[in-house]
Amino acid sequence: MTSLIHTLTSGAAAPSRRAFMGRTGTLSAVAVALLAGQDAMAQGMGGDTSKDVGILNVALGLEHEAINAYQLGAGSGLLQKPVLDVAVRFQADHKAHRDALIATIQKLGGTPVMEKKLDDYAKALKADTLRNQGDVLDLAARLELGAINAYLGVIPAFGNKDLAKVAGRLAADETMHYTLLQNALGRPLPAGALSFGA
Amino acid sequence: MRLFCVLLLGVLGLSAGAQAQSVARGQALFESRCVACHSLDANRVGPALRGVVGRTAGKAKDYFYSEAMAAATHVWDVPQLKAWLTNPETVVPGQDMNYRLDIAQDRDDVVAYLASVSTANPAPPFLPLPRK
Repeated sequence: MTSLIHTLTSGAAAPSRRAFMGRTGTLSAVAVALLAGQDAMAQGMGGDTSKDVGILNVALGLEHEAINAYQLGAGSGLLQKPVLDVAVRFQADHKAHRDALIATIQKLGGTPVMEKKLDDYAKALKADTLRNQGDVLDLAARLELGAINAYLGVIPAFGNKDLAKVAGRLAADETMHYTLLQNALGRPLPAGALSFGA
Repeated sequence: MRLFCVLLLGVLGLSAGAQAQSVARGQALFESRCVACHSLDANRVGPALRGVVGRTAGKAKDYFYSEAMAAATHVWDVPQLKAWLTNPETVVPGQDMNYRLDIAQDRDDVVAYLASVSTANPAPPFLPLPRK
């Protein structure tokens, strides 16, 4: 695979698997603190928060699907190292997003949407049509691009500016994923500026 | 007369070409803006969208809708879908989508694409004449 993937997973710049997983756990905790740990933010949201909860639940649905998509990719046997490691890393990001969203929804008094069965995601995403590593990366890239645009697209709908900022931060993570996946697929950079979220 | 026919064919040709271009652009937009939640044939975060034009809102088979959408009774047509993509909350207050397409041309093209993949025929706006 390409140089960016190589850089991400090799040499001094790449942490060991154990260190990486430990770091991911830390990131998750930080993310949860940023989203859900702000009790003042949640308490300060007067009025009807059900709309924001609804938006966050849609985001949670996206994260559930992304986690399962990467699970399908990782379990397919089609990904080789170091791409497999990158997929696991991206899945960990989505798990951190999921945990943060669940905590935030609960703090706002909502009920987090449940994850479906892996088989349901496999059917909806047509996982049986994946034939090689490129197919898996292409599916991941399509989902990541969709998530970027989804997060950017709902920003104006949030009643709370802090939650809108969170949507922007989630979109930034997905953009990092998408860019690396595109690079791994040998695809060009976006043709111009402001190509996301218009 | 011949000139008129040539001109008419030219206009129709341009119109068909523009329509095809709009559908193609709409498909590309669908792939980049909608596919996070929607597929044509599978219910995911959002309902399957093949056949959405002509379908009663909130009634896609086997999709679990929000209370507000489940209570909707309108039939999706082109103007309704464009209004929905402009601001879904104004069409169905309490809906869960909340995603907007800010540019009118983008909405036109996405809806043109959705119409092109919709096979369901809306109910005729009139009753058939009784047989004699």
